[in-house]
Amino acid sequence: MSKMRYSRRSILKSGAAAVAASTLPAPMVWAQEIKDITLRQFGTGVSNLNEVGQKVKEDLGFTLEMTALDSDSVTQRAATQPDSFDIADIEYWICKKVWPTGNLQAMDTTKIKNYDKIVGIFRSGKLTPESTIAQGTAPHTVGFVEEPGATSFADQETEWMTLIPTIYNADTLGIRPDLINRPISTWAELLNPEFKGKASILDISSIGIMDMAMVCEAMGEIQYGDKGNMTKEEIDKTFAIFTEAKKAGQFRAFWKTFDESVNLMASGEVVIQSMWSPAITAVKSRGIPCVYQPLKEGYRSWGGGLGLSKSLSGMQLDAAYEYINWYLDGWVGGFLMRQGYYSAVPETSKNYMSENEWGYWFEGKEATGDITSPFGDVLAKAGETRDGGSFYDRMGSVACWNAVMDENQYMVRKWNEFIAA
Amino acid sequence: MAMSRHVTGWLQALPLTVVLGAFLIAPIIMIVVVSFWGATEFSIYPAFQFDNYSYLFGSAVVWKVFFATFKYAFITWVFTLAIGFTVAYFLAFHVRTQAMQIALFLLCTIPFWTSNIIRMISWIPFLGRNGIANSTLISWGVIDEPLEWLLYSDFSVILAFVHLYTLFMVVPIFNTMMRIDRSLIEAAVDNGASAMQTLRHVILPLTKPGIMIGTIFVVTLVMGDFITVRFMSGSQKANVGRLISNDISLLQYPSAAATSVVLLITVLIVIGILLRFVNIRKEL
Repeated sequence: MSKMRYSRRSILKSGAAAVAASTLPAPMVWAQEIKDITLRQFGTGVSNLNEVGQKVKEDLGFTLEMTALDSDSVTQRAATQPDSFDIADIEYWICKKVWPTGNLQAMDTTKIKNYDKIVGIFRSGKLTPESTIAQGTAPHTVGFVEEPGATSFADQETEWMTLIPTIYNADTLGIRPDLINRPISTWAELLNPEFKGKASILDISSIGIMDMAMVCEAMGEIQYGDKGNMTKEEIDKTFAIFTEAKKAGQFRAFWKTFDESVNLMASGEVVIQSMWSPAITAVKSRGIPCVYQPLKEGYRSWGGGLGLSKSLSGMQLDAAYEYINWYLDGWVGGFLMRQGYYSAVPETSKNYMSENEWGYWFEGKEATGDITSPFGDVLAKAGETRDGGSFYDRMGSVACWNAVMDENQYMVRKWNEFIAA
Repeated sequence: MAMSRHVTGWLQALPLTVVLGAFLIAPIIMIVVVSFWGATEFSIYPAFQFDNYSYLFGSAVVWKVFFATFKYAFITWVFTLAIGFTVAYFLAFHVRTQAMQIALFLLCTIPFWTSNIIRMISWIPFLGRNGIANSTLISWGVIDEPLEWLLYSDFSVILAFVHLYTLFMVVPIFNTMMRIDRSLIEAAVDNGASAMQTLRHVILPLTKPGIMIGTIFVVTLVMGDFITVRFMSGSQKANVGRLISNDISLLQYPSAAATSVVLLITVLIVIGILLRFVNIRKEL
């Protein structure tokens, strides 16, 4: 049995420290050594938050060093520099790209305490037993391998997980209701000439292409076999439509980073664009109206998780498992959910949220008082409800997942041409 | 026993040769080598293939992007030269005392105490749809609707380039102007030349090396830039630097290397042509 079972925290909690010291010398050695352990985690800015690092130090005793990068750099680093990290906080589509390099090791689900409580999306693929599985790189399709060391994915749930899901959300278009002044209900509005020179899309090919596909399909221009895995013809048609719109001056700008998307929206340069949930929050917290508009075609969803570097072993590996168990234990979940993301194990997060917060963020209920972010900004006042409603409303109408397709290289080339056109 | 003159000479040249070899020659050779390699989505593999180059020369978009790069370089050059020459001329010939010259020259460099990116990005709120420029023009009654082309356009890209790089023109031109023998100007005036004639026939030819050095700075900086184009055009325009940076971010190193090689050769040709006009070494 791993000595991690006797972590400092659990021993202190049970008040059995003295007993442990006399009968089990190992944990005490552990308690000494754990302070020297440092785990290096890198990932996108969404979940790489200093608050998490601080809390890890408090609760678990070891040091978590975090580096935040953009999605492209994250992929690059996970694929090419396996020794530069211990824990990779990556998205599922990145996992599809990176896993075959063998830089990550599969995790034993029996060591994950809350494994049974992880939502269905990440295990069977189904949110509820009746749900249908959306297109694209759905997390469960790249979530498991048959055995440690395997470089291809398993078709169904196994004991070996590639990433432990941590954070996910359903994305849609962000709009400025005060500058549009009419209801928006479909993805097709992004290319509506009414918003000429006031629209934007994100310049990250793997995500941008999905938003494009949602738009083209909503316009009735293209029927995709699988938006997450397009054929060359589908890619060509999609880019033809968007290049034409670009040349006609539909777009004000393209954005690559979170801050850019916030500034474009807040300054009124753009009134409708692809956007991420916390960016909406950031615009709102400046007192500017901004809505994360639910659309009839559904959401484009994404999910991220923690993967372990193949070079982790021994005590460091134990510490990593301890960290993952802690991650699913609720504190981080609550912290993330209060920013508008979802946690992989919502029921543990509930313990770290007030009834009002849980009602607003998860159940889609009217807020009964001010809703504040973990950083103290007021995001909603009493009586307001979350855009898109409850967890099951939002995650239940996912149309596709962020994906990486078989024709990815072709698509990337076309994307480059689109940007340069 | 004293070493022979040859050995001493080689030894003296050695440190610089090693530094240049390690930090200039070797990386360039590496780039050229990688430009023939192949790439998968997440790795590169050694090979000797011309795929990267054939794509580069076969794509209409790439040609357009190279054209845009030249366009940015040329227009920026025209403006930085006009402004740079005027500023240098003023400093060198109109400001009488040396103390004042130095003070004003330092004044020109003050903006350079902050980072490039800051100076560039501060244009964005200024030029935006609801920015200071548009709201001022509207309040003056000059325009009714905000001007869309002020930001995220070729205009804003070139504006930022001119703002960022004019000093690189001012410094070398000012430097050569300061070394023009004043008696030559007196001689021109004594011979009845007008101010314009003096400028054209005396000062301009003698300033050529400075202009050329400034030109090389500006042209190479603009042709190699990618971040200014990205930010000031809102990612909507592209130059060669952006092609390279896009490739790198998508792990397509061989393709990026091939583009770099072509860009390097292009810039070298441009500089070669420029040096045809003026023999800088002789003039220095």
